[in-house]
Amino acid sequence: MRYAMAVDTKKCVGCSDCVVGCQTENNVPIGYCRDWIVEVTDGTYPQLEIEIRSERCNHCENSPCVRCCPTGASHYAEGGVVLVTPDECIGCGACIASCPYDARYPHPEGYVDKCTFCLDNRVKKGLDPACVSVCPTKCMYFGDLDDPNSPVSRVLKKRKWKTLIPEAGTNPQLYFLI
Amino acid sequence: MREELIVSGRMNRLIDPGLHIWHWHIPLYLFLGGLAAGILFFAALVTIQGKADKYPAAARLAPFATPILLSIGLLALLLDLNHKLYFWRLYTTIRLESPMSWGAWTLMVVTPLSIVWCALNIRDIFPGWDWKYPVLIRLEKFFKQNLLTISWILLVSSLILGVYTGILFSAFNARPLWNTSILGPLFLTSGLSTGAAAIVLLSRNTAERHYFTRIDLMLIGIEIFLIIHMFMGFLASTQVHIEAAQLFLGGPYTTVFWLFVFSLGLLLPAILEILELRGFSMPHWLAPVLVLFGGLMFRFIMAYAGQASRWLY
Ligand code: SF4
Ligand code: SF4
Repeated sequence: MRYAMAVDTKKCVGCSDCVVGCQTENNVPIGYCRDWIVEVTDGTYPQLEIEIRSERCNHCENSPCVRCCPTGASHYAEGGVVLVTPDECIGCGACIASCPYDARYPHPEGYVDKCTFCLDNRVKKGLDPACVSVCPTKCMYFGDLDDPNSPVSRVLKKRKWKTLIPEAGTNPQLYFLI
Repeated sequence: MREELIVSGRMNRLIDPGLHIWHWHIPLYLFLGGLAAGILFFAALVTIQGKADKYPAAARLAPFATPILLSIGLLALLLDLNHKLYFWRLYTTIRLESPMSWGAWTLMVVTPLSIVWCALNIRDIFPGWDWKYPVLIRLEKFFKQNLLTISWILLVSSLILGVYTGILFSAFNARPLWNTSILGPLFLTSGLSTGAAAIVLLSRNTAERHYFTRIDLMLIGIEIFLIIHMFMGFLASTQVHIEAAQLFLGGPYTTVFWLFVFSLGLLLPAILEILELRGFSMPHWLAPVLVLFGGLMFRFIMAYAGQASRWLY
């Protein structure tokens, strides 16, 4: 099993519903976020292009954060999802410094927190992650890459995609349709 | 002109707008670790060479500072942790992939060794010292008999500790400035140099002072070579590495680095040391204090500049 997510940058309007949906579902402390919107404007005026991305932890297959964690609190869970066990985390910040995407943040309670793909609270119950299910434009696809019929497998077959900083060697599992 | 503008909605504390997860604790911890490693390395070395009596400050006096240095370092590390009550988790696992893990274990080896080393030399400070309890007296005898073995263990573990202070940073490919394997040897050299400086500072005999001044001069030379080498490597590498080097070559860290680390911490003490060896009379404390200052500044600047260097996407 290999969980992954695809975000359609052509459909995303940057409304931030995914951000609020995640904050509500996962009790993210006020002032923090596990997912966020990035807008990239590129070109020579007046020929400008805009790309909008809903970003989060990439659940990298070769995660520097798991490698650098001294206690094993950061680990690979079912389907390659990268999780942090709060009771094992000492809050040293090594994983935060090691993530090229700055996807993690220090939770006010001391441990490190980040996107979980809603693995325990939703995905294991057969639901989509909160961000995917609240998106008003339906621009996100989630599922198992090993299953050719999962929404994410199907859309990645059909569309052109990219990942973020593949040259960092992390093998990200968050795909952006372009 | 083609331009790219990136706007992010993320505003997590200590992460945005620039990473600031590590404050003064980590660079201080690395400096003290490197300094202690340097002192203990030379203590073990002169003991193995059978020159402990010739170089008493290196073999016996300076090591008395190391348990204190290491304890302050460990305390700084503890203060840096956000989930302090779970500190013990560091010592219920050992993960060789994680420098934070094997480094913490190395400290657990070196710190007790440094205490043993002090205990063995306590009569240098308190000539009338008596261990009182027979078990302690037996223990002292046992350690004294195995002094050579202990020296070898100390030699190797202090080198590992010294390299670790650099590898802790270089393991992070997310921060291009840190992500160079030269940082291990560079921080080790700097640690040895600060160790030699501390010995020069504490030594009361001219022959010993000159011996370690010569060693320090050589180490400063190696350090300058490694620093130049590091920048050459960055400039010949990818865009993010070029940008990392530019933090020091015109960017915000240019002045502090070239003034405090390179000029005041390496070049000036080297000149003073050469003059001292040539027989000019100097205040003996000046060069070693500058070396120690430069070493401390170097750790701080690398810690902060590293967090400012990143991938753009
Ligand atoms: S995006 Fe960052 S936090 Fe997530 S798995 Fe990759 S390295 Fe770890
Ligand atoms: S902060 Fe926690 S999860 Fe991150 S590396 Fe340290 S112990 Fe591991």
